[in-house]
Amino acid sequence: MLGRYYRFQLTSVLSFAHRVTGVGLSLGSVLLVVWLLALASGPWAYEQFAKHLSAWYGQCLLLGWSWALLYHLCNGIRHLAWDLGYGFDLKTAYRSGYAVVVASLVLTAVAWALACLR
Amino acid sequence: MAELTLPKNSQIDKKAGKHHPAPAGAKNVRTFKVYRYDPDSGANPRVDSYDVDMDRCGPMVLDALIKIKNEVDASLTFRRSCREGICGSCAMNIDGTNTLACTKACSEIKNEVSVLPLPHLPVVKDLVPDMTHFYAQYASIEPWLKTDTPAPTRERLQSEDERAKLDGLYECILCACCSTSCPSYWWNGDRYLGPAILLQAYRWLEDSRDEAAGERLDALEDPFKLYRCHTIMNCTKTCPKGLNPAKAIAGIKKMMVERNT
Repeated sequence: MLGRYYRFQLTSVLSFAHRVTGVGLSLGSVLLVVWLLALASGPWAYEQFAKHLSAWYGQCLLLGWSWALLYHLCNGIRHLAWDLGYGFDLKTAYRSGYAVVVASLVLTAVAWALACLR
Repeated sequence: MAELTLPKNSQIDKKAGKHHPAPAGAKNVRTFKVYRYDPDSGANPRVDSYDVDMDRCGPMVLDALIKIKNEVDASLTFRRSCREGICGSCAMNIDGTNTLACTKACSEIKNEVSVLPLPHLPVVKDLVPDMTHFYAQYASIEPWLKTDTPAPTRERLQSEDERAKLDGLYECILCACCSTSCPSYWWNGDRYLGPAILLQAYRWLEDSRDEAAGERLDALEDPFKLYRCHTIMNCTKTCPKGLNPAKAIAGIKKMMVERNT
């Protein structure tokens, strides 16, 4: 089973997170389509949609989705470096792993700060 | 095909574990929780705990296992041979990660020492996994020097630089710690070759004397054999010899791209 007797460690946790956020983003793109559909259907439909998204559960969903997007982006760049043959040293892999976690959190905070300040 | 849970008769029976206390007067006691499975009894696997007097035991986990086998329970079954990290026989899951029992010091582990067989291989008995499939996969990469040119009258020579390319590859002892630490191998081990075998494949691809690189790459160009590697890097993290299978696999992937451009 999924690491039931194997210790979770940064290497595997970030890899699982990459996959989970990838699946989350696929589902999130449906949300994007619904947003566009609501926009195209007129003011009433859009108002209903916006009401749900600005409610607490909608905001939680958006927060999660924006982090998933930024995490997947940052870790994707890490994967590109690997595909070029760089960063395989265990120390480097751990450093880049922590960097991806921090960068994704900071970028999420910045994105939300920009959105809230407008 | 990936299975999410073990079959009922392979699950650990939590109530069946036996406790073997340390001899009276022992001061420096550590508990070893060891996976036990006897195919002849028909019973489910269990985890026995053994209290070992560390003042009368060697420093390594293998020393403790041998002491248990000698003094407490002669039926405890495990593989071991060289006791110095060269043969790879005593690979097992210790304290949640795969390593060699002979090079893992008990002092590196906090609290109880859990000892399980290598993950996701069929268990023959106790800590002895069935390596048949792993060895068959090794044979499938044809791990020997292949040449078309006629044999020279003396050795096939290498430059120092060519020889240096094999450093970090030839040291692999095929203990299977890395392959059985890989989530991708857990899920697709039937068709994915896994880090150990791919590192070996790369060892022959990188050998300047070998003349079958094209043929070897053809054999590896497969969605499962090679490309189930998703650079998780559990393999590199766990290798008891400090090698880097993830880097070797990336080397093969690069060769694939380079020959197609």
